[in-house]
Amino acid sequence: MENSSFSSKILGLAFLLALAFAAPLCAADAPQLIQPAELNKILQGPAKQRPLIIQVGFRSLYEQAHVPGSEYVGAASSAEGSKELRRRVEGLPRNRFIVLYCGCCPWSHCPNVQPAYKELQSMGFRNVRVLYIESNFGADWVDKGYPVSKGQ
Amino acid sequence: MNSKHLFIVGAVVVVAATLYFGTRNISDLPSFGINSGQHMPAPQVTLTDLSGQKLDLASYKGEVVLVDFWATWCDPCRAEIPHFVQLQDKYRNQGFRVVGISMDDGPRPVLEFYGQYRMNYPVAMGNAKVAERFGGVLGLPVSFLIGRDGRIYARHVGETETSVFESEIKELLARPAAAPGL
Repeated sequence: MENSSFSSKILGLAFLLALAFAAPLCAADAPQLIQPAELNKILQGPAKQRPLIIQVGFRSLYEQAHVPGSEYVGAASSAEGSKELRRRVEGLPRNRFIVLYCGCCPWSHCPNVQPAYKELQSMGFRNVRVLYIESNFGADWVDKGYPVSKGQ
Repeated sequence: MNSKHLFIVGAVVVVAATLYFGTRNISDLPSFGINSGQHMPAPQVTLTDLSGQKLDLASYKGEVVLVDFWATWCDPCRAEIPHFVQLQDKYRNQGFRVVGISMDDGPRPVLEFYGQYRMNYPVAMGNAKVAERFGGVLGLPVSFLIGRDGRIYARHVGETETSVFESEIKELLARPAAAPGL
C-alpha cells in the first residue's frame, strides 16, 4: 500500500512537470511550424505554391542574409513593426499561405515571431507557419546551405 | 527506498531534465573561446556612439575589448547587459572596455534602454556592413573579445554565462600586448 502510494505521487509529479514545460508548446494557439528543409523544398518548386515570407526581426539581419523572396516589415515586437505587418497583409485572402521568421534566436524564445503569428491569427489568417529556428538564422538556414539573398 | 522507487525517481529526473534543457535558449553555434587557437585581427571600424562621438575600435588597441552586438527587444541580450555593466566597472582600471553595437532599427529605443539599464560604456548603432566586417551577425546576441594586440580571441553566440566572459577577460588582461613591430 505504502509502495503504490509513493509511486502514485512520483507519477503525479512527473505528469505535472511534463505539463508545466510542454503546455506552452501544446497550447491551442501555439504557432504551426515549418522546418527549414520543407520551406526550401517549397521554394524550389512551382512559384504559385510559394508562400509570402515575411521577416519580422531586424533589418541588419535581413540585409546580411534573408530567405529569397522574403520581405522585411520590422521587429514585430515593436508597434511600428506590428503596424507594418498588418498593413502588408491587410488586403490578402485569409487563406494565403504565409511564413513568418525572425532568426534572432530560437523561435520559441523569439520576441518577434510569436506576436507576429498572433497578429495574423487575430486578422483571420489560418494558413500561417513560423519557420522553425532552433538556434538562429545563421546556424539553421545559412550554415545549412539553403539559398540566401542579401541587401534590402 | 527500494530499486523500483529509485527507478521511478530516476525516470522523473531524466524526463524533467530533458524537457527543461530542451526548451532553454541554448545556442549550439560555432562560438569559440580564447584557447581555441583562433585569433584573427579585429576589423578596423569607426562608428558614432549615441552621444554623437566618434568610436574608433582601432583606438582601443592595448586594451581588452568586449564588443557586444545586441538589440533592445532581445531577451538574452537584456540578460547579459547588466553583467557587462558590472564587468566594465570591475576591470576598467585594468584596461578593459565594453563597446555595445545595437542592431535595433533606430536609436530611439536604444537611448531609452541606455538610461534605464544605466549602461556605462559606449553604444553605437550597427548595420549590416558593420556586422559583415565581423564575419556576420546572423543572430543575437553575438559578442567578441579582442585582446590587447587587436586580435579577436573569442566569439560567443547566444546568451553566455558571465563566468565564461570574466574568466576570458582576466586571462586576456594578463597577456601582454604584442611587442612593437609585430
